[in-house]
Amino acid sequence: MAKIIPVGMAEIKMASAPDKLMTAGLGSCVGVCIYEKYQKIGIMAHIMLPSSLDAKNKENKAKFADTAIELVIAQMIKKGAHQSRLQAKIAGGAQMFKFSGKSDIMKIGERNTNAVEQNLQKYHIPIIARDTGGNYGRTIIFDLETGNLIVRTIGHGEKII
Amino acid sequence: MEDFTQLSGQQLDALKEIGNIGAGNAATALAQMIHTRIDMTVPRVSILPFAQAADLFGGADAHVVGIFLNVRGPAPSSILFVLEAKKAELLIDMLLMYPPGQTNINNLNELEMSALMELGNILSATYLNAMSMFTQLSFIPSVPALAVDMAGAILNAILAQFGEVADHVLLLETVFTKDKEEVVGHFFLLPEPGSLATILKALGVRY
Repeated sequence: MAKIIPVGMAEIKMASAPDKLMTAGLGSCVGVCIYEKYQKIGIMAHIMLPSSLDAKNKENKAKFADTAIELVIAQMIKKGAHQSRLQAKIAGGAQMFKFSGKSDIMKIGERNTNAVEQNLQKYHIPIIARDTGGNYGRTIIFDLETGNLIVRTIGHGEKII
Repeated sequence: MEDFTQLSGQQLDALKEIGNIGAGNAATALAQMIHTRIDMTVPRVSILPFAQAADLFGGADAHVVGIFLNVRGPAPSSILFVLEAKKAELLIDMLLMYPPGQTNINNLNELEMSALMELGNILSATYLNAMSMFTQLSFIPSVPALAVDMAGAILNAILAQFGEVADHVLLLETVFTKDKEEVVGHFFLLPEPGSLATILKALGVRY
């Protein structure tokens, strides 16, 4: 029986087929899903902030793009995956509120997305699909049987990437 | 003093009293604007981890309306006012004197959006005025920003700003009543680090 395993804000979870990983309500956060298709194992990180370098409290590594990506790759390798076979799909990084004056803080979604891209590139993990940006929230479900990522929204349809 | 978890009952009472004075003034301001009376009260004040706030609306993918403002001054903070989507429709009906059931939250027109933002303005301004009265501090709210989407998505966009610091927030449950119709809204105050201590010190409550 396939389970749907919820991943909370600033959390990382790993699972294998036939289970699914799910995170609800991604706004400016970015959901990073890494898959190893031969063993059908995958991991999902719900990343909130671009960098741990600016943070005073870095205890939760899952919160930041740099430390979270380092951690998910380490966990996948520990589970027996080859780094060269890892592929990523990412979603989220929206700008939920519109202000007249655009401050950097309100561009956090875009900064999160950029940080995720850079950190994945650092470990040579290709991003094979993405659904990022916009001004709407996303719920994502990562099917470890197929590697498909289902992206649900309110008023912006549903897609599989 | 870093967050709200350490507040005493007396301090909470003081903040609730300010909330009620603010709500009373907001009702008056609103009555002048729309020429009809919508009563407002703050029956409950609580403190909770912001990350759990989505549970109040039925989970991270619950459909809600969020109105967000930045507050500048000696105690910088943010304000987020959240309504469940269905309740927001009812409230817009009340505000614009539509027959109940007319507003469709997925297809708001300019007037309906501006009614919601104006409501956010009035609530924030009256609450902050009450706060100013008691603390002699000035609070300057920004223009409101509006989002209609998943609760989790709205909250985590804001949390990303505060993620490091104010993990706990102050919640003032605000009830709007008109002709026996009741709408409950959630008014969150998110102080930046140090702001809460400044506010409480100015209030004269010991902490």
